[in-house]
Amino acid sequence: MDLIIVLQAGVATGTVLLFATIGEILAERSGVMNLGVEGMMLIGAMSAFSTTIATGNPWLGVLVAMLFAGLISQIHAFITITLQADQVVSGLALTFLSTGISLVLGEGLSKAGTVSLMPVFSIPVLSQIPILGPIFFTRHSILVYFGYILVPLSWYYINRTRPGMHLRAVGEYPAAADALGINVFRMRYLYVFVGGVMAGLAGATISLAVSPGWFSELTTAGQGWIAVGLVIFAQWDPVRAAVGSYAFGALRRLILDIQGPTMLFGFANPFYYNPYWGFFLQMLPYAFTVIVLVIGSREAMRKRIGAPAALGVPYIRGERGL
Amino acid sequence: MAEKTKLFTRIKFYRIRIEPRLSEPPAWYPPLISVGALILALILGGILIKLAGGDPIRSYAHIAKASFGNIGVISDTIVKATPILMTALACSIAFRMKLWNIGAEGQFIMGAFGASAIVLTKVLPPETSRWVFIPLMMLAGMAGGAIWGFIPGYLKAKFNVNEIISSLMLNYIAVAWVNFWIFAVWTEAGFQMSPKFPLNAWLPRLTDYAQNIPALSGLTTHMGLLFGILAAVILWLVVFRSCWGYEIRLIGDNPQAARYAGVNIAKNTLLVMMLSGALAGLGGMSEVSGMVHRLQTAPIAAGYGFTGIIVAWLSKLNPLAIIFVSILFGALILAGREIQPSGVPKMIQGIILVCLIASDFLLRYRVRIVNTAEEK
Amino acid sequence: MAQPNLPNNPDPSPAQPPFVVEMRGIVKRFPGVLANDHVDFELRPGEIHALLGENGAGKSTLMNVLAGLYRQDSGVIKINGVPVTFSSPRDAINAGIGMIHQHFMLVPSQTVTENILLGLDNPRFILNLSRYDSKIAELGKQFGLEVDPRAKIWQLSVGEQQRVEILKMLYRGANVLIMDEPTAVLAPQEIEGLFSILRSMTAQGKSIIFISHKLNEITAIADRVTVLRRGKVTAAGQPARGLTRQQLANLMVGRDVIFNLEKKPVQRGEVVLDIQDVHADNDKGLPALRGVSINVCAGEIVGLAGVAGNGQRELSQVITGLRKCKQGRIYLNGETVSNRSVIFGIQRGMAYIPEDRTHVGTAPNLSVTDNVIMRKYRQSPISQYGLLNMPLAVKYANELKQAYDIIVPHVSTPVRLLSGGNLQRVILAREISGQPQFMVAVQPTRGLDVGAIEGVHRLLLAQREAGAAILLISEELEELLSLSDRIYVIYEGKIMGEVKIEPGEPDPGLIETIGLMMTGTPLEQIEQQGVRVHG
Repeated sequence: MDLIIVLQAGVATGTVLLFATIGEILAERSGVMNLGVEGMMLIGAMSAFSTTIATGNPWLGVLVAMLFAGLISQIHAFITITLQADQVVSGLALTFLSTGISLVLGEGLSKAGTVSLMPVFSIPVLSQIPILGPIFFTRHSILVYFGYILVPLSWYYINRTRPGMHLRAVGEYPAAADALGINVFRMRYLYVFVGGVMAGLAGATISLAVSPGWFSELTTAGQGWIAVGLVIFAQWDPVRAAVGSYAFGALRRLILDIQGPTMLFGFANPFYYNPYWGFFLQMLPYAFTVIVLVIGSREAMRKRIGAPAALGVPYIRGERGL
Repeated sequence: MAEKTKLFTRIKFYRIRIEPRLSEPPAWYPPLISVGALILALILGGILIKLAGGDPIRSYAHIAKASFGNIGVISDTIVKATPILMTALACSIAFRMKLWNIGAEGQFIMGAFGASAIVLTKVLPPETSRWVFIPLMMLAGMAGGAIWGFIPGYLKAKFNVNEIISSLMLNYIAVAWVNFWIFAVWTEAGFQMSPKFPLNAWLPRLTDYAQNIPALSGLTTHMGLLFGILAAVILWLVVFRSCWGYEIRLIGDNPQAARYAGVNIAKNTLLVMMLSGALAGLGGMSEVSGMVHRLQTAPIAAGYGFTGIIVAWLSKLNPLAIIFVSILFGALILAGREIQPSGVPKMIQGIILVCLIASDFLLRYRVRIVNTAEEK
Repeated sequence: MAQPNLPNNPDPSPAQPPFVVEMRGIVKRFPGVLANDHVDFELRPGEIHALLGENGAGKSTLMNVLAGLYRQDSGVIKINGVPVTFSSPRDAINAGIGMIHQHFMLVPSQTVTENILLGLDNPRFILNLSRYDSKIAELGKQFGLEVDPRAKIWQLSVGEQQRVEILKMLYRGANVLIMDEPTAVLAPQEIEGLFSILRSMTAQGKSIIFISHKLNEITAIADRVTVLRRGKVTAAGQPARGLTRQQLANLMVGRDVIFNLEKKPVQRGEVVLDIQDVHADNDKGLPALRGVSINVCAGEIVGLAGVAGNGQRELSQVITGLRKCKQGRIYLNGETVSNRSVIFGIQRGMAYIPEDRTHVGTAPNLSVTDNVIMRKYRQSPISQYGLLNMPLAVKYANELKQAYDIIVPHVSTPVRLLSGGNLQRVILAREISGQPQFMVAVQPTRGLDVGAIEGVHRLLLAQREAGAAILLISEELEELLSLSDRIYVIYEGKIMGEVKIEPGEPDPGLIETIGLMMTGTPLEQIEQQGVRVHG
């Protein structure tokens, strides 16, 4: 087992979480928690794969995935922003609904065979850097490279631009933003849409790059929920989200690859000789999510910072001391 | 043309106005809205089935016939409804306190595991009396679920960890845990299941009494249903007629007011999560002991925990309403097995939940069509 | 100067309209309420125009219409003689109208500059804050509104936050400033500072609408007054000079108001509550109380005066067991109650009227019955063997409904449907009905109309006569002066001093002393400097 190869694959796996986490960060920064990430990712994975099968064009697949997931996120937006319903329950409903839809529309897709995937290439100069080059810049899907750009871009957008400032204001104190003519409702719809689009992209990254194909609910296997957990660990910061996502990606790959070799660091590989121990390995990403949540929550308690102040609260004009 | 303009000017004076309700709607109104949402959901579901290439009318007719067509399938429906009843009760008590336990699935599985462990570890000889076996399995099942509920409850109370994600993560861990045991330890001839339980570890079924009452022959409805109904009644009393239930309702409505009234929120978080887990765990026990009769992942990790969320919500968290709603969903799942495409039942459940949540708006607001011309 | 949207002084046309703002026949309906009933309002350039009325008289509604937050059902608004329709706050701001809300509309986690730039079209995309910092500092200097542009809002005092709010509107080129009860959160000396800022703004051509229900402020600062009562105008643009407080009060309430409540002499009893050197942290983990020592005796009302956020909330929570006490002790009838549970206090006859009726005092979706048993559901006979005796609870709720005039069709109604005054009666009924030995009342009259306020005051005085010890925490100095036997003043978590209140009209020297203490001068220092002191 070559650690460099594991990490290289881990970066690709982590890109899935990265997209979903950053999308959810943007939605939550505007004050709307969307627990439907898992479902929207399934929609994305399914529609990307089936579009690519139908048209042979993976680019079109990614585009359709993003649009479809963004569209379905608007159900959540309507229910929570316009109808002011509880965001937790609505998010769960969205998960059920979009899981169901993707299963119905994805019927028979698993037997569809192979499709053309998103282009894979190495970055000329950067891939020559020792250790980092082979891990980050060699034989990756174009989507992985897009992830690298997205992290600083979204950080800059949130913290250093005018729309980012408005986004933060809407999530912290919507009445203040409203009083200055910022359309709180439109902003929230927009960022829920962006969150949906990113979840769709995450799904497409699975089915067209990281582990191609459609395996019904096992396509995502809870990664959407892990992304929601990572948002808390990341303290709503894209850079921390990147650290968490790539670490989780590496962990997932390690679990898959560790059962292969007969020897591990010069010892007999226990996971090879006792394959049933693999079930405990399978638990690790979920257990780590819980641990990471504890770390994030404790830090938030200690620093007394945390979620955007208006997260989960529907904005109703005319209340809140007006 | 002139007619048309006249109509337009008249319509122009009518506007839809949405106003918050200032008084309580009459008692018949909320159930009516829920039923309306359900019907709307079935219509929307039908449209989607049509779009996906199915025949909605035949699908629904099939569901009705395959679940209520004769006494045999009604019994099967009830068998399907029993685990849902338990998980919905589990969700309802947690949701009442605004604890979003969506780990009923995992707690159900761990309950099944705990109950099975009593049989499969062979601490009791297989010929042990039913009167010893069943209560012990119930206890072990409830303990298994309670432990699985305790973990997110503790993390929530101690570190303010989001219970939605932690309880959900535990679902995946529970599946892997059970898989380990049935693959590595209790496997029957290399298959992914344990050996069948001895008959004394089975919950009594109606068909067991067919010797005396021939009409019961073949009916698999088991005693788990009784557990469920009993649990629902007790839960109703706890929520609406006990001090503890009052505290739970208070925390659920306004935690700050609860603190002000001297309620210990951390303690109740732990207790309610454990009760919720224990109820789901009892459901898992009743499923392995009454229906599956062995430990096996596929029929146990079948999404009952998630359906329970929808049923609890549709019943407005009322334990008595849950009894009836879970039978409806039992029918949907039972009949849904044969519907193509296979994702349809799940999709319809999702649509129902979406419509329900949306319909709550009509309980808080009234939509009126007003004549603005007359308002002067 | 940065005035992006509106020319501050339009071309010097010969015939300048007499009014900057003219509102005619404004009607605004809410479900069940006619908030504004054909209201007329005129604002002249360069004047301070007070808008007076009780809570619920429709002042805020009228101004929210002018600020573009609500749209009127009928009526016309003219700005500089031109009819306008506002469909959003942005339209109003573009027309030069800026509203400063009672609850500041500032994002706590953002800097002063960010808050001021919020919602503007400039900068277009990339925020280069440092460029704007200096611009804002300069604007502040022009009007005497100094504040650090780089500071985060949560780091600022209430007075500074108010300055940011004013700057926000001036930066947008506001010509008309609507100030909704701007003095409610300030100490007397800070109020003086605000008034001089207001005067300097009118001197530079701005017009100001000053919403208030405090009569003395209006006679002090306003040029003209418009009074609203139940959505109707009772006095339109009368010159403020020459109006007495009594006349204003009549216009506002519609009947003679008794300013001095009848406070019977009561024999002061034993010390009931004794607070000794209490230290505690606030929610942010910063020290909020630094060595507070006060006591309250049976049969007296002790007032705690202070500007909001100086530790009052934390003190009430430490007393009632909702907050940890880091150092020091609190005794109730000689028994330690600090760092015990809330139940411990409840069981020993401690009543608590919290500051926030809807968020702390009641559970909005539960019934009136559930709400009145909130602090005694553990006690027999309502609870037996862990079960609730609901018929008895309903009977009890109906008794309280009768005795305290709670207007509600049925006790099973959820309390979120009750009005503010009714809600406060539910809380008072619940807390008083147990004949408490000791009561903490925090801002018990905030947001209530005059009739309801009077009712609350009478109930508090009745408790005092019944021998209860009452700690009254309030930001309304007038309320404290008319009810209390003694007043402590708190500033940044320390007690600045204690004064005795004699019956009758308080004299200005006493108010000045309290004001100085509220802004951080200890009583001894005031005495040394020779200011006349009472008590």
